[in-house]
Amino acid sequence: MVILHLAIILPFIFALLAPLLNRLLPRVHTGWLMLPVPVVLFAYMLSLIPVIREQGDLEGTIPWIPSLGVDFHVYADGLSLLFALLITGIGSLVLLYSIFYLDKNKEKLVHFYVYLMLFMGAMFGLVMSDNLMVLYSFWELTSISSFLLIAFWHKREKSRYGALKSMVITVFGGLAMFAGFLLLYVMTGTFSIREIMGDASAIANHALFIPAMLLILLGAFTKSAQFPFHIWLPDAMEAPTPVSAYLHSATMVKAGIYLVARMSPIFAGEALWLWLVSGLGLLTLVYGSYRALKQVDLKSMLAFSTISQLGLIMSLFGLGSAAALYTGTAQAEFYSKATMAAVFHLLNHAIFKGALFMVVGIVDHETGTRDIRKLGGLMSVMPITFTIAMIGSFSMAGIPPFNGFLSKEMFFTAMLNIRTMELFGMEAWGTLFPVIAWVASIFTFVYSMLLVFRTFGGKAQFDKLEKKPHEAPLGMLISPVVLATLVIVFGLFPNLASYSLIEPAMAAVHPGLLSPGEQFMVSISLWHGLTIELFMTIGVATVGILLFLMHKRTAVLNQPLFAKAILNRSYDGGMRMMERLSGAITRVYMTGSIRHYLIYIFVFLILAIGMTLFSEDALKVDTTGFADMTFYEAAILIALVLSSVSVLFVTSRLTAIILTGAVGYLVALFFVIFRAPDLALTQLSVETVSVALFLLCFYHLPKLKKELVSLRFKLGNFIIALGVGTIMTLVALSASGTRPFQSISHYFLENSYKLAGGKNVVNVILVDFRGFDTMFEIVVLGIASFGIYSMIRLKLKEDGAEGG
Amino acid sequence: TVLITALCILMLAILANLYRVVKGPSSADRVIALDSVGINLIASIAVFSVLLHTHAFFDLILLIGILSFIGTIAFARFIERGVVIERKR
Repeated sequence: MVILHLAIILPFIFALLAPLLNRLLPRVHTGWLMLPVPVVLFAYMLSLIPVIREQGDLEGTIPWIPSLGVDFHVYADGLSLLFALLITGIGSLVLLYSIFYLDKNKEKLVHFYVYLMLFMGAMFGLVMSDNLMVLYSFWELTSISSFLLIAFWHKREKSRYGALKSMVITVFGGLAMFAGFLLLYVMTGTFSIREIMGDASAIANHALFIPAMLLILLGAFTKSAQFPFHIWLPDAMEAPTPVSAYLHSATMVKAGIYLVARMSPIFAGEALWLWLVSGLGLLTLVYGSYRALKQVDLKSMLAFSTISQLGLIMSLFGLGSAAALYTGTAQAEFYSKATMAAVFHLLNHAIFKGALFMVVGIVDHETGTRDIRKLGGLMSVMPITFTIAMIGSFSMAGIPPFNGFLSKEMFFTAMLNIRTMELFGMEAWGTLFPVIAWVASIFTFVYSMLLVFRTFGGKAQFDKLEKKPHEAPLGMLISPVVLATLVIVFGLFPNLASYSLIEPAMAAVHPGLLSPGEQFMVSISLWHGLTIELFMTIGVATVGILLFLMHKRTAVLNQPLFAKAILNRSYDGGMRMMERLSGAITRVYMTGSIRHYLIYIFVFLILAIGMTLFSEDALKVDTTGFADMTFYEAAILIALVLSSVSVLFVTSRLTAIILTGAVGYLVALFFVIFRAPDLALTQLSVETVSVALFLLCFYHLPKLKKELVSLRFKLGNFIIALGVGTIMTLVALSASGTRPFQSISHYFLENSYKLAGGKNVVNVILVDFRGFDTMFEIVVLGIASFGIYSMIRLKLKEDGAEGG
Repeated sequence: TVLITALCILMLAILANLYRVVKGPSSADRVIALDSVGINLIASIAVFSVLLHTHAFFDLILLIGILSFIGTIAFARFIERGVVIERKR
């Protein structure tokens, strides 16, 4: 038990306590009671920075299911620490913001904070877990708590739709990831990520290596909203804004990125990994930034922006994995620059995107709309909000002196570096990478400008707004101001974080790349000389400004290239199709007709038994043990066959009943000649009674539907009946032909008088040797008679439903 | 062999009766045929138990006698009155 365990459990404890605290202190906004949790955790995480740098990684374990190798094993290294700081730090700010954002009297605050605490704990546990199964548990917990948070306003249909969609997609990916984890376990025999990393080179040629990689990547891509699984994120914007800011920009969507970074030491060096992660990341980057241009809703715009920035980070992690191929050479450092850029941008994006979401929340709160077409001219009304929005957007666009500029420069550097690689077909396609990145950056620039200047610039049109806009309350502004300050601080003094946060995180992503005592060179400077990257940025800014100025006239920016969201449509269509298809399939075979069900049962019986009979070579007809047939047996048999067959062909029901009776009596005769007097007695009386009952039924048949016609002959029924008969005959013959051991009947014959004092062996078996069966047969008869009695007597007739 | 011949004759009688059961133009014919099937059965079981040297089947003879009597009566009532058991009110 380490303090880390306590730290992970703390949010869950507070989630449990939240309703109680709310009951005890009803006047206090629940958010104030929850605020200490992330703050304390954040402080604790900060105190771990020097510890991890100097004394190495922290770990601790609590057994959970030791017999299966599943332990609650926590492990804190540079990467987890970076994520943990983001989670707790932005978590504190979001909590503070939500206190002012959510109204105490109108909203169900307890629900909100319970979900949020659950989410925080799950996310925190996710990044700290070393055990794959524990990681998966926390992963699903983030999916579930995110589902609850998105549908926080569950009375709105769009909230429920968005929550369901995100649930379906992320859980689909989560399950794929689970399968991938299991494959890893199959290959290595351990759930511990550290131990798997140790085996990484051993399993690289395993047959399950590629499937495991693909499945785990599927999990990461769905969670991190990569193309084409990004479709849930824009719909998740129905959540309250603090949730969007926290989950859908800073933390949960980065879980997939965390997974990619965490798994990188296992899978890096594989061509497929590099191409999938980088390629899909770049595709997401371009697609997301392009789609963001078209949004008229501020939150949707930010959602697509998040998607594209996540693609950027993802592609950088993919490129960084190239470093693993050059372990020990100078090139390793060269390619690991991509990882540095990824980690740095991860940090930057969380900061400025959090601020931007909060800004949009403020705008929504103060004006009543998020529609970009109705907004404008808020600059003078909301100066502080405007400043924050500008800082955030400029950082996102990559304009100096904000931190986004630095990460964009590093992004370009990494993209340019990859051209020099001579593996995996990079020499042919590598040139494409910087070009795509450059185009995407232009789109990013344009929508960032749109975001600021169409909301705050331009003409004021207050008459379209529901409320009279004014500056937000101070409490709501604290968190975005803090974040905006951080944007500038990291922009001006980027080396603040370089050795405390970025270097340890890089070391975690690239273990084995460094010899002990060595460190990655992390130096980020605002001015790095006249390089190609700088000219690329200047180009981005120039083209971006031009496009922005002409955006009302530029067809590329206004006319949707894809008429509607194709992927959303195919998702909806796919869902509907699946529903309809399964409905249709069910309707086809669940006809409601007993005849059809009987056909299924019999056909299955024929197939199953017949196949087994032939595949196991069990069909043996051995006639050596058979007795000779006597004359009267033959006579009764003929009579039996005649009467059974004629049941099928008679035209009146009465005749059929009588013939059935005849069959019963003939069976009784069989009992006689096979020397079973008790059976014959019982058979006779039972047959008489049942024939009488049949006649009773016959008499009470409704008059109108009386169809005294011959059975309709159906070929299918005939074949099935024939099949069942043949199969059962074959089974009986084969079973009696092979008798592997003696029957136990001689015991009863010897002991029925000696032990039980009866000469009638059948009766002795019934009441003495096997008395329990008889008892329950009696129970069956009793139940049947009660059932008949109650069916006749109790005729409950409740509004139309026929009883009895 | 005498007994077996007897049994054969009884079997033929049963088959003939069954023919009447199947064919019989009216219900009464069938009921009578069934009644005589029952009596033939009694006879054949009796012969059969002599053949097997056992008296374990004598109960059966009695039972068939009773059952065929009751059955015939029930059928007769059914044909005559439409119900087997009348309600006492």
